[in-house]
Amino acid sequence: MSETIKINIRDLNLHAGKNHILKNVNISVPKNKITVILGPSGCGKTTLLKTLNRLTDLNPEIRVTGSIQIDEEDILHTTSDIHDIRKRMGLLSQRPYPLPMSIFNNVAFGLKISGRRRKKILHKRVEHYLRQASLWDEVQHRLREPAISLSIGQQQRLCLARGLAVDPDIILADEPTSALDPVSSAAIEEKFIELKNNYTIVVVTHILRQARRIADHVVFMYMGEVVEQGPAAEILHNPQMEKTRQYLNGAFY
Amino acid sequence: MKLNFRKTEEYFFRLVMLACTVVIVAALLVIIFSILKRGLPSLSWEMISQKPKGGFYFGKEGGILNAIMGSLYLAIGATVIAMFVGVPVALYMNVHILKRKYMVNTMRFLLDLLCGIPSIVYGAFAFTIMVMIGLRTSLLAGMLTVAVFIIPIIIRAMDEVLRTIPRGLMEASLSVGATKGEVAYKIFIRQSFPGLVTALLLSFGRAIGDAAAVLFTAGFTDNIPSSLTQPAATLPLSIFFQLGSPMEEVKNRAYAAAIILTLIVLLLSVASRYFSRRYKKHSIKF
Amino acid sequence: MKERPIGPKIFSLNRYLKDRVGETWMIIAFVMVLLLPFIVGAGLYLKSRILLQEHSIWTLLVSGNWNPQKGEFGLAPFIVSSLWVTALAVLIAVPVSLLSAIHLTQYARKWFLNAMHPVIDILAGLPSVIYGVWGVLVVVPFVKRLAEWFDISVSGYSILAGAIVLAIMIIPFILNILIEVFRTIPEELTEASLSLGATHWQTIKRVLLRKAVTGIISAVVLGVSRAFGETIAVLMVVGNVVHIPKGAFQPGYPLPALIANNYGEMLSIPRYEAALMLSALVLFSVVLLFNFASRIAIVQFEKRV
Repeated sequence: MSETIKINIRDLNLHAGKNHILKNVNISVPKNKITVILGPSGCGKTTLLKTLNRLTDLNPEIRVTGSIQIDEEDILHTTSDIHDIRKRMGLLSQRPYPLPMSIFNNVAFGLKISGRRRKKILHKRVEHYLRQASLWDEVQHRLREPAISLSIGQQQRLCLARGLAVDPDIILADEPTSALDPVSSAAIEEKFIELKNNYTIVVVTHILRQARRIADHVVFMYMGEVVEQGPAAEILHNPQMEKTRQYLNGAFY
Repeated sequence: MKLNFRKTEEYFFRLVMLACTVVIVAALLVIIFSILKRGLPSLSWEMISQKPKGGFYFGKEGGILNAIMGSLYLAIGATVIAMFVGVPVALYMNVHILKRKYMVNTMRFLLDLLCGIPSIVYGAFAFTIMVMIGLRTSLLAGMLTVAVFIIPIIIRAMDEVLRTIPRGLMEASLSVGATKGEVAYKIFIRQSFPGLVTALLLSFGRAIGDAAAVLFTAGFTDNIPSSLTQPAATLPLSIFFQLGSPMEEVKNRAYAAAIILTLIVLLLSVASRYFSRRYKKHSIKF
Repeated sequence: MKERPIGPKIFSLNRYLKDRVGETWMIIAFVMVLLLPFIVGAGLYLKSRILLQEHSIWTLLVSGNWNPQKGEFGLAPFIVSSLWVTALAVLIAVPVSLLSAIHLTQYARKWFLNAMHPVIDILAGLPSVIYGVWGVLVVVPFVKRLAEWFDISVSGYSILAGAIVLAIMIIPFILNILIEVFRTIPEELTEASLSLGATHWQTIKRVLLRKAVTGIISAVVLGVSRAFGETIAVLMVVGNVVHIPKGAFQPGYPLPALIANNYGEMLSIPRYEAALMLSALVLFSVVLLFNFASRIAIVQFEKRV
């Protein structure tokens, strides 16, 4: 089975001030698969995810070198608009951060800022994405209420719908279930498996069991370096490197 | 193109925002520069070492030692009084009635209100009380008035610091047999010491700089007060009165006095920064 | 307190007494501070009652006739002046502080923000009389020249001069709150908005400003309370002419200046004291109303965002 490479990270180095956070990272993320980036906390997983989205631009102290190719376009050195690049990736963070507005406007936000304001179309799209995130039935009668009135689990699904609404082809998720109860976590995981036919999904996690449940492709990181990567079955059951083996056996978190 | 407009808009506002910050910094520099420029030539050792002599207000010799000492006495007295009233209240709110959220929140609201009441209102109110009980304008009356209006400031500042002390510290202390009073006066005070010093310096600054509250309560005199019942001159009022004079020499001395007052306040500001940094080492970090 | 069976007798009499005294004083002080606003309010009311019995509160507030010798105490010139000065000052100070706070927290480097803190501290700490001196030296001539530019000939001692001085005085307080407000907004919220394709500026406009709305309200209220009651600095530059001002270049006579200027002679003219107390009561009530209104607004907004 041949797979297309969606994101190709080559020789990525990231310095924040004097700290060398990502060291010579090379990762290939296959298209329409769930790639799980696994590793103990503080190993640079989250930073890597933010680099993919160029959110690292926010911090003037961060320097990034190397290349990140998405569909053959190097997003670190590109002439196309950074905001268009970000729109190609939906981001789901550790805890849901609903925007300070109504449920409806949370989903419509991305559409509105890119200039789509027709009421009817907006409404259709919002319904569509809320359904995709399995939230429509719960919120269809309260679309005008503030988003923070939802439960945490609902908020995370709302954030998913919000991300999907800008029509990305990649979903970046940073420990998306760490703040959720088991039922809501399961709902999110199921959603990912369902969505991978249309999206390329990158999930950062330190929960081994989650990786076992959803991963197609696994990258193991330690101290800012990629230790090992490959198909989930290989890495999780037959790792080549000593560090990976220790981690899988629960030697450290 | 749509996006181009967005970028131009952002660029424009970034410039405006930078300009606003520059204006604020520039304002400070202009204030200090303009006062230095007018006041420095008249600033002399005589100014700060002597009391006004006869004819001082017509441009003859003398200084403003009366106002400097009066202001210092007044501000020190007021701060000490305010400390003895304010600090226990802040402790009470954060140790004893911590769990009665409603009471604490009401108190915080009232404190915000008190902080918002103009000092001229306190001054006017205090003056009527003085008339009622037959107290003349004096150092004591000024101290009490200023104390009343800095008490809310001290409480609020202490409250902000005490709020950050974790509940665990109180529970741990209570569990080894300390009473709530001891937790408050011994442990919480020590834990919030830098905050206390900063709060005191902050209110001292407010006390020494305020003119409206002392206008009718402390009076004005050319002498250095030797007892609490004598009237006392204050620096802000001394500046204010001298500036009202039509004579150029007297006006220039007002600017020189303004330099002295500014220096005192700057010193306080530097000191409070220094203290809050230095004493942080002695409290447990969480 | 339970008896301790073993160990030294920790709860000695001395310790008990200290504890009681300390705690009793706490309660006394607490109650005193708790009652203070009520006492001040009631005291001011009692003192101005004589005047309120003779004239209705409404006539006193809207009448423009101020003639203490004849027993006419219309406060309108002073109230209107106060409103003018305060409104103008807040109109200058709030946008400047808001834009600067956004600049410092969103765009500027960390060292720059850190370097601004002492600037803010010093501005906040400068006594009002210093601002007044600066106003006389710099702002008044500036306003005079500005007016000449519009072909108006004035002394410069005006509402506008008062407003500019006040604006600079309240900026550090407003700015301080706003910086704190923007700093406590989680970075993830910005990231969420950016990842949806919004520009940084769109994120600020549509997300951060909404999130900051309650903080902005408290900052504005603080600014208004300070500006409304500021006495000496305004008094020195505003001109102190009793009339209802009709423009920013005209002199005014705000309430605090009225109280400060006339306190000495108030005991010699009947009802004068009551009138000044009424002005103090007006100041007090406005601050009170503003605090209540902001509290309600904040509670409302907190539910929404």
